[in-house]
Amino acid sequence: MPIFDSLLAAFTPFNLMLAVVGVVAGTIIGSLPGLTATMAIAVLVPITFSMEPASALIMMGAIYTGAIYGGAYAAILLNTPGTPSAIATTLDGYPMAKRGDGDLAITLACVASVVGGLVGAAFLFALAPPLADIALAFGPVEYFWLAIFGLTLIAALSEGNMVKGLIGGCLGLLLACVGVAEVSADIRLTFGSETMLGGIEVISALIGLYCIPVLIDLVATPDKHLHVETKSGGIRFGDAMAISWKGKWNLLRSSVLGTVVGILPGAGGSIAGLVAYSEARRSSKTPEKFGTGEPRGLQATESANNATVGGGFIPTLVLGIPGTPPDAVILGALLVQGVKVGPNLFQAESSIVYTFIFGLFLATILMLPIGLLIGKYAYRTIVEIPKAMLVPTVAFMTLIGTFAIRNNTADVIIMISLGVMGWVLNRFGFRASPIVLGLILGRIAEQGFVQGWTIASATGNYVGMFFGRPITIAILCAIVLALFGPVWTRRMKIKREAMANDE
Amino acid sequence: MKLSRRVILSAAAVAAASVLVPSTGAHAADFPSKSINYIIPFGPGGESDITARHQQSFAKDLLGQDLVISYKPGGGGAVGWAQLNKIKGDGYTIMGINLPHIIVKPKQKNVGFTTEDITGVYMFHYTPDAIVVKADSPYKTLKDLVDDAKKNPGAVTLSGSGKGTANHLAQVNFDKAAGTKTTYVAFKGTGASVQALLGGQVKAQWGYTSVGAKHAGKVRMLAVAMDERHPKFPDVPTFKELGYDLVSGAYRGVAVPKSTPEDVRKKVSDAIAKINADPEFRKRMENDGMALLDIDYANIKPFIDEKSKGYIEAAKAGGVLK
Repeated sequence: MPIFDSLLAAFTPFNLMLAVVGVVAGTIIGSLPGLTATMAIAVLVPITFSMEPASALIMMGAIYTGAIYGGAYAAILLNTPGTPSAIATTLDGYPMAKRGDGDLAITLACVASVVGGLVGAAFLFALAPPLADIALAFGPVEYFWLAIFGLTLIAALSEGNMVKGLIGGCLGLLLACVGVAEVSADIRLTFGSETMLGGIEVISALIGLYCIPVLIDLVATPDKHLHVETKSGGIRFGDAMAISWKGKWNLLRSSVLGTVVGILPGAGGSIAGLVAYSEARRSSKTPEKFGTGEPRGLQATESANNATVGGGFIPTLVLGIPGTPPDAVILGALLVQGVKVGPNLFQAESSIVYTFIFGLFLATILMLPIGLLIGKYAYRTIVEIPKAMLVPTVAFMTLIGTFAIRNNTADVIIMISLGVMGWVLNRFGFRASPIVLGLILGRIAEQGFVQGWTIASATGNYVGMFFGRPITIAILCAIVLALFGPVWTRRMKIKREAMANDE
Repeated sequence: MKLSRRVILSAAAVAAASVLVPSTGAHAADFPSKSINYIIPFGPGGESDITARHQQSFAKDLLGQDLVISYKPGGGGAVGWAQLNKIKGDGYTIMGINLPHIIVKPKQKNVGFTTEDITGVYMFHYTPDAIVVKADSPYKTLKDLVDDAKKNPGAVTLSGSGKGTANHLAQVNFDKAAGTKTTYVAFKGTGASVQALLGGQVKAQWGYTSVGAKHAGKVRMLAVAMDERHPKFPDVPTFKELGYDLVSGAYRGVAVPKSTPEDVRKKVSDAIAKINADPEFRKRMENDGMALLDIDYANIKPFIDEKSKGYIEAAKAGGVLK
């Protein structure tokens, strides 16, 4: 049986070693803000020239999986999303760590990442060719509305002060315009400066807006960085499993959402995490707890972003259209090796893909022990290290990490400027998340809108283009639900209470 | 700064260490005597990266040294090119260059470099422009598309990668040559533009021969912008055969910092030429749909000058330049 042969091929000692090395390397790289899976994989491409394509894929997949999970450490312990995928992880992860549940948060993130990774890989295994059609069904207008849907989250994220959230979002949208516009090639808002030419890189903005304010506060206040009540080893596996079992539907739903968003090229882990977070919050009986250290929020984002790994491989391997930036590098490496991607790869006689998928399962399962172990050390280090050491070390890492993204000192200047700005804005009650959402989603929305408008101009049917397509209508419904759902439930609650009082 | 990044990265990606540590000691006489840093001013995974990777996989055998690829993306390549002349000119740091980018970008606004600032030493290939349709498209030939575009001005939508790019300028030139009016929809990169084609968001694509190679079976090319037919696609006519004078594409080459001495420039040119001459390299490139070029250091300036005229004219007609 060919599938069985692929299974055996995936479990050779050599591939096993590659998977272990890949997961360890990926987790460490992902945990350092600025060092990304894309870069790690790009560095390893030359090594894969001398490997079997399936082995090369296994190693790259393992690094990728590990890096997406590793991003959770900095998000939870330092309030700094190491990768855009981990933005929503900060929302509940950091409050958990603050109140002394950092070890629990990291263990939960590990379990959720494994579940998400397995679900994504399962879809890749069973349904890749038909699911690839989802990528094709999404046109410019759908991307536009998806981005708008993401922006509605600003309302949810800035509970209590919507106006400040909206101002932050607009600032983010404005920042997204800096540099050379992706689709029109206009050079905007650079003020003639070479520093601004490359635009605001998302990861350097993340580091600046999230990490620098934390560092300044660490220096400015005498308190310990994280509150620690009980002396624990850094792993709370029992607690985490109990919470995970209770939240199993949330985990599964978030994993499926993550897979689907992962299939959409250009959407990526950040949107997957946000959509899953928003859905978990919407369906929760206690949505007000989200943002204050609610484990379900953390589970949703961490399972969804790891599910994008398997999801992203679907268009990459079936259509030859990379789902995510790391996928683009992997696809390039395969092309150089002479592997032709396409639906044929998924026919039983071609073993490469199945060997790879089994390797991906393997790497994801390995992530549980490896991730817990590395997580334990990450947690202990951050908790036990004196502040006088922690702050300079992290500050140094932010500089190196920011430079490493594009080998560009301009990004470092922008990162520091945004960091100081973020700290000041924080004093006045403006949070980083709406700004970053505007920055990421603004570009997607702009491209989608311009492309949709141009295509509509060819037929003259603008209304049909933007409001008439089936997927568009579904996303529009989700937007309306996200915007007015909370208002409606609150009103119903008041009514019910009023009725109860009458009786 | 650069070294510390390397150190950290190699510590993290354990296995990669050997590739990253640069060897020491250099003389122009036995060039290259250590690994060459090859900067791609775009992100990893794009076509500029993939063709550089092809070169990289032959470098060790043919030159005796590694090509170490790194990326400096931003501003559609402008960020990298603006910094090219600040690098030490010893031949051990080279940078990829792309036409029409290095010609059109500096004419738009101040982007920190001019076309004349770039010292190209070799153009090694181009990816010819092509009109691509889905395999089940009603356009069987280029004539079908032209007829439709003439009957319904503006209604034929074509996706393409970016504006002021090879795809966009080809669309402008073709519309002029054919007397048609089509609607060009710019996407971020060729991947997104193919996605729009396969998803039926647009009727056709201004893509490249590499799209025909990569997505064989799902797409058809109606014509390619080459002097002669592409060896991999003997059945696809050229625009020239069909009566449109259009030979264009994304041209890629290698540049060195201005401070690089003449003899070293020639050595770099020779090194790239050596890889380009390898039959296996040529075969792999052609299999990916590329067309090889051999414009060496002696001929590169007139080549870029000649291309400039056409590109600037088309960019003006396409509204990218004023």
